[in-house]
Amino acid sequence: MKKLITIIAFSLIISACGNKKGENETAQSDGGNLEGTIKVDGSSTVFPITEAVAEEFRKEQPRVKVTIGVSGTGGGFQKFSRGETNISNASRPIKDLEKAACAENNINYIQLEVAYDGLAVTVNPENTWVDNFTVEELKKIWEPAAQGTIMKWNQIRPEWPNEEIHLFGPGIASGTYDYFTEAIVGKSGSSRGDYTASEDDHVLVQGIAGDKYSLGFFGLAYFTENADKLKLIGVNNGKEVIKPTLETVSNGTYSPLSRPLFIYVNSTSVKQPEVVDFVNYYLENAGELSKDVGYIPLPTDLYTKQKEDFQAFVESNK
Amino acid sequence: MNNIRKNRWKDQIFKYWGIFCTLIGLVLLVVFMGNIVIDGISRISWDFLTKLPSRKPENSGIFTALMGSIWILLLTTIIAFPIGVAAGIYLEEYSKKNRLSGILEINISNLAGVPSIIYGLLGLEVFVRIMGLGPSVLAGSLTLSLLILPIVIVATRESIKAVPSSIKDASYALGASKWQTIWYQILPASGGGILTGVILALSRAVGETAPLIVVGALAYVPFAPQGPLDEFSVLPIQIFNWISRPQAGFIENAAAAIIILLAITFVMNGIAVYFRNKWQKKWK
Repeated sequence: MKKLITIIAFSLIISACGNKKGENETAQSDGGNLEGTIKVDGSSTVFPITEAVAEEFRKEQPRVKVTIGVSGTGGGFQKFSRGETNISNASRPIKDLEKAACAENNINYIQLEVAYDGLAVTVNPENTWVDNFTVEELKKIWEPAAQGTIMKWNQIRPEWPNEEIHLFGPGIASGTYDYFTEAIVGKSGSSRGDYTASEDDHVLVQGIAGDKYSLGFFGLAYFTENADKLKLIGVNNGKEVIKPTLETVSNGTYSPLSRPLFIYVNSTSVKQPEVVDFVNYYLENAGELSKDVGYIPLPTDLYTKQKEDFQAFVESNK
Repeated sequence: MNNIRKNRWKDQIFKYWGIFCTLIGLVLLVVFMGNIVIDGISRISWDFLTKLPSRKPENSGIFTALMGSIWILLLTTIIAFPIGVAAGIYLEEYSKKNRLSGILEINISNLAGVPSIIYGLLGLEVFVRIMGLGPSVLAGSLTLSLLILPIVIVATRESIKAVPSSIKDASYALGASKWQTIWYQILPASGGGILTGVILALSRAVGETAPLIVVGALAYVPFAPQGPLDEFSVLPIQIFNWISRPQAGFIENAAAAIIILLAITFVMNGIAVYFRNKWQKKWK
């Protein structure tokens, strides 16, 4: 019994600590008059941007509590469609089934693009023969029919070496894999199975950096962070060879391996001024902040246009 | 003669094989922890413990995740300890050996093998939605309590079984009731074992990620929980989140957070060992 009392006392002390911290922080701040809680959940790919925005927004509106979960795009939409969250992070547009679930619960929303994510196709720096791939070549390498048949570099272009090709890519549970297979093979989630898969992109980087005959793909940010260990390969769209850069991803010429990232805002939530303020802040700062966390900003006018769209959405739901 | 030599030889081979097997786990653990400590130790500072997560690795801290983990630990203890121990005592001392208790026992052992994510789904439906607790520390703790209950029950029963029957018999012989025997004799005698079991179960709970993500634990919360109904994050989620980030600085942060999490589990295991030794001495 004594122990129980100690435990309860201890938990009270800890909660008291929590309180004190909170008071201190609100006491320090003077700017910002809004209060409330904003619940965000969804894609772990979009998470870093929303986290960065929330971090900065806190300086403007210290009494608004923004919480962010990482249930994944699908898990996020599930909560969003039940009205459990105000904003949903998504690395793909909402699916029909999810739309239906929202409609069933009378949830209306607006879709906003916040940044682009590019996929990088990379090889080992010692690889001197590859300069670019066409989409068809990538498809030939990665499609399900390639399993067990496309095993050597010279099967792709005859002038390339007669050596085994070692493939690295994200595991099938990742959104990056879904996106790559959809863009290259043509069907989301369909690819050969005999490649080295890892949910941890750092493992892929290590694998490619240590193997002369390797080839792999992952988010552009992982290439940028490891540019000294890897060689980036451009994609040949038939007219020219495009490498993913801030510019080519942002203006859409690095196609098809760049995708937009989204947030979805619940129409009931925009009745709360703190949510409106947060989303506006998001659209004003996502450009700068997405660069900080390794993503690529949209063109400026797209942010401006979406801000107008969002304003209209807020007005129509007042 | 020949046979004897052959058998000795076999004996030697098995001995070295045994040493090798024992070392595998140990060496791997040492290498792993060495790596983590080299990566992370320089990041550990008061700031790291008291700051909020940030997009800039060098400004990030684990304050909210650490507080969340401590809350989860305390609430889970408060919930799982009395329920688990009471269930263990009932099964060992009161329940009759019949079909029903057989089914109960099998089910409890089976529950110990259910994947933790299933508990997460159960917690989401029952605690978060039906009971309306929301994605709160309380809902998370209840879920983890369910997860470790089978372990606590089994540990309790094993400890009670280990109490010499002479002690029980002596107590009954002096005219003590069943409850008096349990409270004054069996529980003190088995207390060390029970506590060890509970603490080891809690060290498992503090490392769980999957069920808490399902329940709705968050990756970014700018405040520490101030009550059982507040939202929360925990260290394993923070670690997982940082490991999946491309920037090298976050990997260091993850290593530092792993050191803190390991420190928590080591301290808890230390407490478990302490209690076990203390109780053992008392009864010798």
